[in-house]
Amino acid sequence: MSKTYKLTTPLTVDQTRELKAGDIVYLSGFIYSARDAAHKKLADLIEAGKELPFDLKGSVIYFVGPTPPKPGDPIGSAGPTTSYRMDSYSPIMLENGSLGMIGKGKRNQAVKDACKEFGGIYFGATGGAGALLGKQIKSAEVIAYPELGPEAIRKLEVENFPVTVINDTYGADLYQMGREKYEVK
Amino acid sequence: MREIQYNDVVTAIRNVIVHCGTVLPDDAYKAIKDAHDNEKSPVAKEVLAQLLENADIAKNEERPLCQDTGLAVFFVNVGEEVKVIGGLLRDAINEGTEKGYQDAYLRASTCEPFTRANLKDKVGYNLPAIIHFDIVAGDKIDVEYAAKGGGSENVSRATVFPPAAGKAGIIEYVKQVISDAGGNPCPPLTVGVGIGGTFEKAGISSKHALFRTIGSVNEDPEMAQMEQEIKDELNKLGIGAMGMGGTETVLAVHIESNPCHIASLPVSVNVQCHSSRHAHITI
Repeated sequence: MSKTYKLTTPLTVDQTRELKAGDIVYLSGFIYSARDAAHKKLADLIEAGKELPFDLKGSVIYFVGPTPPKPGDPIGSAGPTTSYRMDSYSPIMLENGSLGMIGKGKRNQAVKDACKEFGGIYFGATGGAGALLGKQIKSAEVIAYPELGPEAIRKLEVENFPVTVINDTYGADLYQMGREKYEVK
Repeated sequence: MREIQYNDVVTAIRNVIVHCGTVLPDDAYKAIKDAHDNEKSPVAKEVLAQLLENADIAKNEERPLCQDTGLAVFFVNVGEEVKVIGGLLRDAINEGTEKGYQDAYLRASTCEPFTRANLKDKVGYNLPAIIHFDIVAGDKIDVEYAAKGGGSENVSRATVFPPAAGKAGIIEYVKQVISDAGGNPCPPLTVGVGIGGTFEKAGISSKHALFRTIGSVNEDPEMAQMEQEIKDELNKLGIGAMGMGGTETVLAVHIESNPCHIASLPVSVNVQCHSSRHAHITI
């Protein structure tokens, strides 16, 4: 039976080890946006042993490239992008202390293995619900790579941001479990 | 010869883009509502409820439905007895696209393929638009528009079968494409299938098939039956809304079939996410 949690970032391994695939989590606190181009830059910095634009420890990274804000709003529509494009970078982020990722769509085995090893969680947010999800973001600040436009790294303040645990720290995968249940052979 | 002012074309295109960015068309909304009512999985049902709520918020507060506001794709049928005055039709469509994307605070998503540099300053905001022109009888300009997101485009596939593959081969191929895609293209989906023609004709047909009203019945009874058959097969995959597992994976399958070479059977599968932002106007 799936449980519902309210968690505030940064996360701890004690918290992530409690979560199971299918659980619903309402996240509050600060999370960081990064897509393909930003992940490449972060991985390069880690490789070179240089300082990152934000502290990875306990961090949650959101795979999102928002629309521009309307006047007076902190951000525009901001739903998740497809996560597999970050598969080659996510294990490095988890190894260096990050504990959460928010996206949509399946991950490869290397990411699932890294979740087990380092206590990371892959959360799914509803793709295409950008207007709804954007409203849960209370402030947004570009903290690195403004030249990337929608792909810049933003520090986002979220309140009760609704996500579902897809891959937990025990190797479970909600996509596989759900599909097996409803597949007609 | 009927004359249309360049600026009138720009305004018409701008308006359709602004509308489609924030208002889910009735056919897509109804199809998602039906899927919600029929869905057996409580998790997928909740996702579908979120999508309806999202569409309501987007419409009422004039916010983009999705942060991926797509590339602007047009099928434009130009009457032989109409002329645009004051500029080129292609330029007017691009200018209207740029205005619409900027005015509605939509995302500029075009980039250079290798450096990945955004083209908003170098070429224009979310430019160039993808435009398929055709010449037809009459004195009107008929414009079909869709905002096409990247996630569903990334799982689209094409191949050229030997003729022996037949209908069964095509159905199996579509199943494989959608099965491999899983939740990545944001189901529930509309699946466009282009059959026949040449390699590129099948591709363009599969794209154009997505512009058809969701829930409409194919005029060709044989194709209508094949659409239903493929839809039933795809819904057995169990993928469900956003891949969470469920009974409602596909809202509709649309087929466009063309005559082809005696040696080939081209097939293209173009996938459309649940946020099917499309419109049809006549200028």
